[in-house]
Amino acid sequence: MAVDTRVSAAEPGAVAVAPPRLSGPRPVRRALSPRAARTRNVVLPIVVFVALIGLGYLIALYYDRVRGLPFLVPYPHLVVDRIFLDADFRPDLLEALGNTALIAVIGLAIAIVLGVAWAVLMVQAKWIESALFPYAVVLQCIPILALVPLIGSLFGYEMPSRIIVTVMFALFPMVANTLFGLQSIDRGQRELFQLQGASRLTLLVKLRFPAALPSIFIGLRNSAGLSVIGAIVADQFFQRGRGGLGVLISVMNQRLNGAEMFAAIVVASALGVLVFVAFGWLRRLAIGRWYDAN
Amino acid sequence: MTSTTTTSPTPAASAPPAAAPHGGQGTLLDFRDVAMQFPNGTVALRGVDLTVDRGEFVTVVGPSGCGKSTLLRIASGLENASEGTAEVDTDRIGYVFQDATLLPWRNVEANVELLAELNGLGAGARRAAAAEAIELVGLAGFEKSLPKELSGGMRMRTSLARSLTLDPELFLFDEPFGALDEITRERLNDELLRLFVEKRFAGLFITHSVSEAVYLSTRVIVMSGRPGAIVGEFDVPFPMPRDPDIRFTPEFAELVGEVSHALREGHR
Repeated sequence: MAVDTRVSAAEPGAVAVAPPRLSGPRPVRRALSPRAARTRNVVLPIVVFVALIGLGYLIALYYDRVRGLPFLVPYPHLVVDRIFLDADFRPDLLEALGNTALIAVIGLAIAIVLGVAWAVLMVQAKWIESALFPYAVVLQCIPILALVPLIGSLFGYEMPSRIIVTVMFALFPMVANTLFGLQSIDRGQRELFQLQGASRLTLLVKLRFPAALPSIFIGLRNSAGLSVIGAIVADQFFQRGRGGLGVLISVMNQRLNGAEMFAAIVVASALGVLVFVAFGWLRRLAIGRWYDAN
Repeated sequence: MTSTTTTSPTPAASAPPAAAPHGGQGTLLDFRDVAMQFPNGTVALRGVDLTVDRGEFVTVVGPSGCGKSTLLRIASGLENASEGTAEVDTDRIGYVFQDATLLPWRNVEANVELLAELNGLGAGARRAAAAEAIELVGLAGFEKSLPKELSGGMRMRTSLARSLTLDPELFLFDEPFGALDEITRERLNDELLRLFVEKRFAGLFITHSVSEAVYLSTRVIVMSGRPGAIVGEFDVPFPMPRDPDIRFTPEFAELVGEVSHALREGHR
């Protein structure tokens, strides 16, 4: 959006012609050139980033000098050191990252398959949708913490349980967005197929599914982000076996290794952002040719 | 819909299909006392007797919501009449909707090929049919364009081309040009007439516009407000192919006036 700049009486040239009035002319928007807009979109976030780092230093300084608890909030450069330079910690961090990414990817894949299948089933008949959609909502509402003991005793405290929790996190956006997309075709398009005697399968493959792709990609991006969150949360509950970033965060927290803990948190966040960006990019690649997002 | 198999041959290619006598052997569409009541109780049509013969271009004008579109939906088999008989003597039916209903992920060529594809034609045959239809509607050179890159008129041409690949004997048009500007609309009217003379389909055309109705058709049917019933019928004497300038003749204006009058009477 362009910066809203009211032409003020103080501006040179405006003084003589337009004295200040209560009901003045409509605010004039100064249109930003695309290049200036791009520069602004890059520069402003960097300014905010620098400000946040500065704030981080201030808080770290406070905990270090005033409270005497330097491990609680480490200096940002120590966190950077743990992520990129610390030869002792880095293998642990990379392994945890790998495990979390693996769980997230497996969970996401299962959520995609289940979610699309669930939505395709629901779009076959109104009564199936009535019967099944409430459970997609219920799934969204279950406090997963409440299920931890159950999942643990049924599936153990290792990888399978982590995947189950990840799927529970990631499933709903896939179901809801796919269903919405499959239903988004208009009557004329559907009747066009009906007039040629197209089968349900043809309708699904040639009309419903392509029409649903924009929605499916929205669901995909949300689900992908949630699968990373799910994988890390699941780690905190199910800590046996090869741990991921969630386990690493808890362990470093218990050991009062502030810099390491923050390093793991930053890497976990970066993974989430990366997945979000990657799926946005994938979406443009797949449907950007014919579909305008805005 | 009761449907008998096609037996009658198409009319001789030389005779201009102007104002053929209707109700004869060349009848493609025959509605007898058709009524339509929807499950929610709305009565859309009552007592409609309507025939469309080969070589005819019949236009139905009527107020909004009078069930004009329902006529086409019954003719195409999308709906069944709740009373009366609706016979259609061909299975080569083209249907052009109010919207172009193109698939946005397909380019012009692939959109035009869609119906042939759904009918199981091979890739070669449907490519040939699509190329011919695209040429006919004047879209050659735009085969690879996506719907979002086309104007409203070009999208409608694509939609028309898509139906033309079926080589329809009966062509149903549901206010296809209603959303277009006047200039585009008139140009498409001329192109439609050219196609009608060239391809010799029978047309059943729905519109709000009386002058469009008179200009396009060999016969104009006027319907009353809901529930829709036929309240007037006018033969259009002007020969085909039509000169665009007939729109400015007194005879044309007079006929438009008569149809408008009947429309206003029926709307009371």
